[in-house]
Formats: sequence, structure tokens, C-alpha cells
Amino acid sequence: MSAERSDQRPLSPFTTIWRWHVTMVTSILHRASGVALYGGVFAMVAWLAAAAEGPAMYARYVHIMISWPGRALLFGFTLALSFHLLNGVRYLLWGRGIGYDKAAADRSAWLVIVLSSILTLAIWASAYWNLGLLAMGG
Amino acid sequence: MRTSYKNVTGLGSAHKGVSHYIKQRVTAVALLILVPLFLFQFLASITTGYEGVMAWLGSPFGLGLSFLVISAMVVHMRLGVQTAIEDYFGGSLRTLALWLNGFFALVLWLIAIYALIKISF
Repeated sequence: MSAERSDQRPLSPFTTIWRWHVTMVTSILHRASGVALYGGVFAMVAWLAAAAEGPAMYARYVHIMISWPGRALLFGFTLALSFHLLNGVRYLLWGRGIGYDKAAADRSAWLVIVLSSILTLAIWASAYWNLGLLAMGG
Repeated sequence: MRTSYKNVTGLGSAHKGVSHYIKQRVTAVALLILVPLFLFQFLASITTGYEGVMAWLGSPFGLGLSFLVISAMVVHMRLGVQTAIEDYFGGSLRTLALWLNGFFALVLWLIAIYALIKISF
């Protein structure tokens, strides 16, 4: 990073100088959510491993995950996954040259923010009401 | 004219860019289909408790879907985090971070495969 730079040529303007705009927010969130989902894959593999280990280990895993910190973590993963999945569609379309102009990119950025919030809430609503997560304890 | 100077100093293209791009996008499209399918099945299975989860993961569809989704995820996540590491780290810290990234991705995949094999037998 900057500490390793021996020359003093100017760096390109970064977050400290740009006016915040929505496509910049979604770009940063895409990377942040992607890195966060590293933990999501870890939690998923731990779930598989716990199931493979046996009923006692599986019960311990469920016990941890339905605790309030566990739920907060899972909610965060759901939000990160919803956002990353929907925002990823924008990148795939841009790769085909679709929706690349400023107005369209702004619109799709807002659309993804709204849709990923709705999707996350829908997944959790279904988890609570249809799957009886509330009745499972905590 | 080109000399091998850049190879000695470790600069210039490593000729991995195109395959990185293609792999990232192929896994992205695969995950776009696999993740909603997996999530739907997963949410249904966890209501059935331990026995139900084992039955689903042991079924051909549950096993195949889990194998595909975890494999695509591990490749996609390794490539994505690699890009982030290359953006923010330099020198020996970058080398270490890239190594750890590859290591964790492989270990997570192997644990998942071991778990799925153990569940199906």
C-alpha cells in the first residue's frame, strides 16, 4: 500500500475525494459482500461437516446458529448473498454491453439495493413463519 | 524485441487473466441458477430436523446439488478474493495472502466433499 511507495507520484482519487454516488456504493458493497461470503461458505461447510459427524454435533451447530449472535450472523450472510447475487447480474449484463450508460447503471444500482433488501426479508419471513424457526428456541 | 527480464523480476503478464475472467463468469452464471435451487431445498430440509437433512443430502439430487454449489462457490470465492488481495496487498504479504486464500479454498472444498461422501454412505 502507500507505505511501500518509494516514489511520490500522485495516486488516483479515491473514496476520500469523490462525491459519493450510488454506483460507487454498489461497487464497494459487491466486494465487501463477496469477501464476507467467504465466512458464509465456511459456515455452510461447517454445517455439512456437523451433519456428517452425527446428530449430537448437528444439534450443537443448530444451537449456536439459532442463538441471537448466530442469527445476526446468518442474517448478515443472507443480506450479503442476496446483494452479491443480484448485483452480480449487473456485471454479467455489462459484460454483454447491456445497461452500461450512466442513467441505466444508476437505476439498476438502486433496483438491486431495493430488491436485495426485499429478498433478504422474504427469506427470513419464510424462515420464521413457514419453517417455525421462532419455535426452535432462542 | 522481448527479453526475459520481466520474467526474472516477476513483472508483466502471468497469462492467467483470460482464464481468471472466464472461470469467474462461468461460476457466476452457474451460481445464479444453483444458489436459489440450493437455498430453496435447504430451507425446506432444515425444518425436517437431522434425519430429514441427512435424507436430503444423501439423495442423488441433494448430493449432486450440494456438490455442484459448493464446488462453484469455492472456485468463485477464491478468484474473487484473489482480486481483492492483489488490489490491497503488495510484496511478501501479498504472496502469503494469496497462498492462504488458495489453501483455505482447497481445505473447505475437501471438508465438504468428505462430509458429503460420509453422509451418502
